[in-house]
Amino acid sequence: MKYNYFPGCSLEKNAAAYDVSTKAIADPFGLELVEIEDWNCCGATEYISLNLLASYALVARNLAQASKNKDLTQTIAPCSACYLNLRKTDKYMYESSDLNQKVNTALAAGGLSYKPGTQKVRHLLDVVVNDIGFEKIAEKVTKPLTGLRIAPYYGCMIVRPELSISKDSLSFDDPEHPTTLDELLKVLGAEVVDYPLKANCCGGHMTQINDVTAFELLHRLIKGAADYQADLIVTLCPMCQFNLDAFQGPMNRHFGTKFSMPVLYFTQMIGLALGMDAKKLGIGDELIDARPVLAKIGVQVPIPESAKKRPDKEALPMPSPLKNSENISKIKEEIGQ
Amino acid sequence: MTTIQYTQKNNGKKSFLEEVIELTPGKSNLEMCIQCGTCGGSCPSGADMDHTPRAIFQMIFAGMKDIVLKSNTPWYCVSCYYCTSRCPQEIHITDLMYTIKRIAVKENVYDDTTAPDFSKTFINWVENYGRSFELGLMSIHILKHTRLKVFKITEMGMGMVTKGRMSFTPNKIKGLTDLKAILAKAKELEVAG
Amino acid sequence: MKTEKIPQQRIGVYVCHCGSNIAGMVDVDDVSQWAGKELAQDGVVISRDYKFMCSSLGQELIEKDIKEHELTRVVVGACSPHLHEATFRTACARADLNPYLCELVSIREQVSWVHTDKQAATEKSKAIIAGGVRRVVHHEPLEPLHVPIHPASLVVGGGIAGIQAALEIANAGYPVYLVEREPTIGGHMAQFDKTFPTLDCSACILTPRMVEAGNHPNITLLTYSEVEKVDGYVGNFVVSIRKRARSVKEDLCTGCGVCWEKCPKKVIDDVFEAGLGYRKAVYTPFPQAVPKYPVIDRENCTYYQKGTCKACEKFCPTGAIDFAQEDQMITVEVGNIILATGWQLFDPRRIHNYGYGRLANVFSSLEFERLSNAAGPTSGNVVLRDGKTVPKSVAIVHCVGSRDKKYNSYCSSICCMQSLKFAHLVEEKTGATVYNCYIDIRTPGKGYDEFYQRLLEEGTHFIRGKVAEITDAGRTTDEEGKIIVQVEDTLIGKQRRLPVDMVILSAGLEPQPDAKEVAKKFGISCSADGWYIERHPKLDPVATMTEGIYLAGCVQGPKDIPASVAQGAAAAARVIGKIQQKEIALEPVRATINEDQCSGCRICNDLCPFNAILFHEDRMVSEVNPALCQGCGTCVAACPAGAISGTGFSNEQILSQVEGLLMVNLSKEAAISQG
Repeated sequence: MKYNYFPGCSLEKNAAAYDVSTKAIADPFGLELVEIEDWNCCGATEYISLNLLASYALVARNLAQASKNKDLTQTIAPCSACYLNLRKTDKYMYESSDLNQKVNTALAAGGLSYKPGTQKVRHLLDVVVNDIGFEKIAEKVTKPLTGLRIAPYYGCMIVRPELSISKDSLSFDDPEHPTTLDELLKVLGAEVVDYPLKANCCGGHMTQINDVTAFELLHRLIKGAADYQADLIVTLCPMCQFNLDAFQGPMNRHFGTKFSMPVLYFTQMIGLALGMDAKKLGIGDELIDARPVLAKIGVQVPIPESAKKRPDKEALPMPSPLKNSENISKIKEEIGQ
Repeated sequence: MTTIQYTQKNNGKKSFLEEVIELTPGKSNLEMCIQCGTCGGSCPSGADMDHTPRAIFQMIFAGMKDIVLKSNTPWYCVSCYYCTSRCPQEIHITDLMYTIKRIAVKENVYDDTTAPDFSKTFINWVENYGRSFELGLMSIHILKHTRLKVFKITEMGMGMVTKGRMSFTPNKIKGLTDLKAILAKAKELEVAG
Repeated sequence: MKTEKIPQQRIGVYVCHCGSNIAGMVDVDDVSQWAGKELAQDGVVISRDYKFMCSSLGQELIEKDIKEHELTRVVVGACSPHLHEATFRTACARADLNPYLCELVSIREQVSWVHTDKQAATEKSKAIIAGGVRRVVHHEPLEPLHVPIHPASLVVGGGIAGIQAALEIANAGYPVYLVEREPTIGGHMAQFDKTFPTLDCSACILTPRMVEAGNHPNITLLTYSEVEKVDGYVGNFVVSIRKRARSVKEDLCTGCGVCWEKCPKKVIDDVFEAGLGYRKAVYTPFPQAVPKYPVIDRENCTYYQKGTCKACEKFCPTGAIDFAQEDQMITVEVGNIILATGWQLFDPRRIHNYGYGRLANVFSSLEFERLSNAAGPTSGNVVLRDGKTVPKSVAIVHCVGSRDKKYNSYCSSICCMQSLKFAHLVEEKTGATVYNCYIDIRTPGKGYDEFYQRLLEEGTHFIRGKVAEITDAGRTTDEEGKIIVQVEDTLIGKQRRLPVDMVILSAGLEPQPDAKEVAKKFGISCSADGWYIERHPKLDPVATMTEGIYLAGCVQGPKDIPASVAQGAAAAARVIGKIQQKEIALEPVRATINEDQCSGCRICNDLCPFNAILFHEDRMVSEVNPALCQGCGTCVAACPAGAISGTGFSNEQILSQVEGLLMVNLSKEAAISQG
């Protein structure tokens, strides 16, 4: 399975742990990641605030570079913002011949061109969950994360907005209540907390605009996870990791709280479950140290009473859940979980 | 407070509503707004905005351009897309927020320069190196805007350095000349209309 | 195109001004003069123009001319046939000219209302009139088909609309079959607690009707039954109904209830109790069920699943349990059918940000009706999901799944009133603080806005804002352990978080899940939403485009109980009228298949939207049933052998009309040279 790989600016240094752990787990699953040649910044949420056509051209250069290799028709973006910008640009160019023509005229000035729809842009989580699949992952788990209570945190741009060229799959997971990461962590053996804020926004660059507002957003997320007795938060976006991790200290000081909620990447968790060395997965890069929490792996941790909810005999029945993850339950049955 | 002079067609001059719709990619559906308030209710930073997104739209309909451009609403948008995802009229709210930001910068009308300056600084690095440069961005931004707060984030900054997560020099892409040509052409085309 | 020599007709042409609607854009005088001159060779003997042809004086003009000029054909150039075709045909009939020898061509909807160039519009009108003249020559004096009407009727759906319709027809003295899918009639109305705006107890006003329907000598109740197949046509439908096996012998059962008392298998009742209560595997949906006979739910009955138990059989004092009972197929003959199959609730689980199904104390509207109902699972106590705690604060959410392009874009009509009703019931039963979060307050009916005033008096907090999110993630100590409703209070312009104990979602109404298949079974049209299409949205909400099939109640669109009852009564009146006429005259415009030319390819069979084409296996030819055929022309166009022609739309008629249209040179060059 070979793909174009668009790491994005954060994965170079700030989120090097994400890059390193991605590459570490790619190998055992036969994922070949070909870094797009001389890629440039996707513009994040900044470029489009000041320029319209140029922001599409900025992103389109990457799509053009990606399509230079005719064999590779899929681009993986591990960062949610890059993922959104790439797929949004592709879709808008596909839908508007006017925009397509203008962007391509701009690209031509740099000796490039891009035909919209030729690169399928996918988030790393999507590829892991759907192309590798839970079964293959479960097979390779040698050190299940038993005893670890994890709050899966998706953030916003991976599941919103729903846009895709194909009407069959507007968004690869539910925009309000996604479950793929939850299921993945369960397959890795962890106890997954029903984290209600899992698709809430971390605030993006808000820390640089108004720190009070930013801290409020972070506080909601960290407190939410702590209220559910989560040991750590697992995320899939470098911006989210940076905000929740690096600003947790300042947030604590602002509110007078003492949260110590480590934030790791899902690829790091996969690596750990596969028995890989923590250091090789970039663990230790976090500002809120994850090691004390990780020491729990392999150790039975009693679950606090309040977290358990036993149905009361007098209680009225609840409506049954809407079936949206039948596959996962089937696989879990087959692998005896 | 005087009543609003509401004219859609002002001697053949385009209304603010038309301007916003035209400058937003695709079909934004702005005119379909029923003022239900789902966007204002969903916004994570809504409580800190001068006006909720919904109120901003009503003001656009009323042609209150100055107030809209001076409001902090689009700058406080975190691009979480909850509004866009939940809007019952399928309005591309986040895209509209970007449009308002672009108009504000183009006409140089905003009350608080923090957010526009942040974006401008970010963009400068991208346009001159092809990649973003966090240290450069943060240092310029702090000097311009949050000077007193630099002490608050010193701990964070030091932490990032200690953990090796901070780059000290910007990365330059090989095809920078081409990128500059592309961006220049794009900007030229945009002005041409 | 070669045609047989037709005897020369005497044609009258009438060009209507329609005030300035036509005359404002078309030079009607010119057109009328031109027709008189240029079309004289085609048979036009008189050509006039007049201000309003549809007026009595205009019609009299035609009648007079027919007599004085011995006209054999009439062409009127005016509005669309949809409006006045019947008017001019009747005028001709009064003058003893067969009405089908009159042709109305549209020079309004097709010319004056859609063009802005007067010159071109006038020329086009001439062409259209010429087309009409050429065509009408080939018209034949058709006679409408007369078909007898069977006096029995079928009502499908035993909710309030269906019950009303059935009672009206039965009281008029005619037999009715009332078919209902559930084990009892009553529909959704039986689930409600109180009805707005009077706060009448729903069951109290419904059950007398149910009893009447159950006992009426003219009504044959077929419950736990479904229509499988519909054959035939208006006045003569043959309907196959599957009467599902109750596993209970109706002639022996006394309705004593010992069977369900003794039944050990408890199941969640997700139909009548909306999933909030339980029933047994053998059950009647509620105590006032009509008929009283219980039903064994074979999917959940221990005997059918595992072969053991049989407690009901053991204890039944009259030996009425019959495990071997099988479905019965019943065939009935009826003249008219009324569809009153009702609605289903929008599934609030689809809106994930409202937390229904995840957060225990978020309830749907039907769940709340059962909660509040004195005969419900909590004996009418409004309590939380734990079955005991009384809420101190309740939020009621309007527009759940309605007025929303992502779910259903229509307004479900009743939810605002229902939400107000809930607000009242909650306040009355618990004294809780009530918040209604709405986009608009829609209270159009009689006594409805007054009901809203009452709620204002009762101190309900009205917040104008569509709820954005319902969550249990509290941010402050006040929010701990509560459900938080996050909404923008648009009238203030601020985001608010309301910590409440309970949330009620006023979910919208949707068509039944099998609405599309059922519509197809009956040969009627269904909109994209799934609501059935009435004959005319303004002037005929009870008939459909298929003769003999009528609509009543929410099957045609969301509406409240008074409107459903009115529609049921209206449909019944229509049916009674038809029965009393004893026969019905059908439009003779329909397709006929030339058997000699039919190759038996059967392409037309499946194309017919009205299932009007039969295939004769013995002769390998298709035949059109003239009573079902609506003359749409689909088969005529599709037949590869050209074996089908439409009376009133024959090939000759159409091709001649085309020739007439082409008589006038409508090209730009011609316009320039003329102008």
